[in-house]
Amino acid sequence: MTLGGESQGDSVRDRVDAVYRSDSRRVLATLIRLLGDFDRAEEAMHIAFAAALQSWERDGVPANPRAWLISTARFKSIDAERRRARLDSMVDVVTEQLHPTPDSGDADDRDVVDDQLRLIFTCCHPALSHEAQIALTLREVCGLTTEEIAHAFLATPPTVAQRIVRAKAKIRDARIPYQIPPLAELPARLDAVLHVVYLVFNEGYSASAGDLLTRRDLSGEAIRLGRLLAGLLAEPEVWGLLALMLLQESRRAARTSPNGDLILLEAQDRAAWDQALIAEGSAMVQRALSSRRFGSYTLQAAIAAVHADATAASSTDWRQIVGLYDVLRRADPSPVIALNRAVALAMSGAPEVGLVEIDALLAQGELRDYHLAHAARADLLRRLARYDDAAAAYRQALALVQQEPERRFLQRRLAEVSERNAGG
Amino acid sequence: MKYLCLIYDAESTLAAMPKDQMDAFMGEYYTFSNELASAGQMVVGEELQPVHSATTVRIRNGKMTTTDGPFAETKEQLGGFYLVNAVDLNEAIQIAARIPSARTGSIEVRPIAVHGGQ
Repeated sequence: MTLGGESQGDSVRDRVDAVYRSDSRRVLATLIRLLGDFDRAEEAMHIAFAAALQSWERDGVPANPRAWLISTARFKSIDAERRRARLDSMVDVVTEQLHPTPDSGDADDRDVVDDQLRLIFTCCHPALSHEAQIALTLREVCGLTTEEIAHAFLATPPTVAQRIVRAKAKIRDARIPYQIPPLAELPARLDAVLHVVYLVFNEGYSASAGDLLTRRDLSGEAIRLGRLLAGLLAEPEVWGLLALMLLQESRRAARTSPNGDLILLEAQDRAAWDQALIAEGSAMVQRALSSRRFGSYTLQAAIAAVHADATAASSTDWRQIVGLYDVLRRADPSPVIALNRAVALAMSGAPEVGLVEIDALLAQGELRDYHLAHAARADLLRRLARYDDAAAAYRQALALVQQEPERRFLQRRLAEVSERNAGG
Repeated sequence: MKYLCLIYDAESTLAAMPKDQMDAFMGEYYTFSNELASAGQMVVGEELQPVHSATTVRIRNGKMTTTDGPFAETKEQLGGFYLVNAVDLNEAIQIAARIPSARTGSIEVRPIAVHGGQ
């Protein structure tokens, strides 16, 4: 679509682009409710934005661009359906379908918030696979293109497109409602949403493969989703997850060397930590903790906040971290949490006790193929100057590790302890 | 909208259940079926005989063959079903979660296809 070369035209186009960036997801969320279908809503929204370019040029930018876009999209969609329906002489049936609610489309703020929540909860519905939830959320809630999602997840665009098409078909055919879950179901449903957000974040944060820049964008997208949710829903675990992401993100610049090697928390240059993110994350943890309704994301964020508090690795308050892991273990009795607690216990001044706990966990079997369990054990043996045993444990970890930067790190450590062993 | 709730349970586990436990289990089914019916959500619900009584029928090249047993050997077997009325998938999931076998086996929820003119 080309407009005149006049500065006036440029500014209308800029305005439409700006409204698209700031409001297209909210417009879409409301249109899905009004039109009752993802694809019809998306098509109608694009027609409305195209119409805005011409109409705003001619008549000026409306006072409430979002309301204008919603009512225009809705009108155009109903009009198009009527024309289609006239051919089938089913006007009444279709017109009825197009009015699922008596809402005029002039959504007030509460409706805008609710529609965004409806969209998020529908995209993250537990009847959809995790892969579908992620693809649909990034596409519909964040507005990423299929190509961007495919690139970030190292998948092909047709694969991602098919996932999205199938998810929309299931929403339509199995009749997944466009709803905010009722209070009784909210905790479980919110867990599913937070899980999707955290998966997106981790995909961008711990990525070892692919285009690093794109994958970093993915973490940024997850944080944006977290902020959006925090603005929509006053739930402590939302703040907890957002805090956890902010605190992890604050260490991004410090956690890899210029040649891409992994730098452990202990060895990171703490001056490179982003203090603004730490301040924001720590404040949010406090807010979540003081609610007394927090869960495991908040506790993990609280642990990250204790690390962030320490100006040097040696001044880390490990006792407080052990205490937080104790609470976390009650909320989430997984062997990985128990492993992390054992490491914290070792670091708080009891390496032998930590080692005994890790050995017991490994003996239970669930962590036997988890490379970090062997790496943690190796590290404690190294600290206890049992270099021979440490080398054996590093070799076990190396046999299981998948990510390249982690492999290089373990190899460096293995070389170190082998040398000490030979030297000592 | 109608949804079919297919009930999968391990027949071997049910067969090994002591009588008093089995009576209690069937009692739960009885209560659930009554609740479903009085809520107007029940279309039909039946328990199937065990898979040893199943026969699979196929016609290939105009010739009918019958095989003893179910279409697929699985750890859990189709043991019964409810056809229910629900406004949407969320309500159907809530109903499925109340079927006693959701705790021992699993329930597959399938929306009933609706074709034009209905």
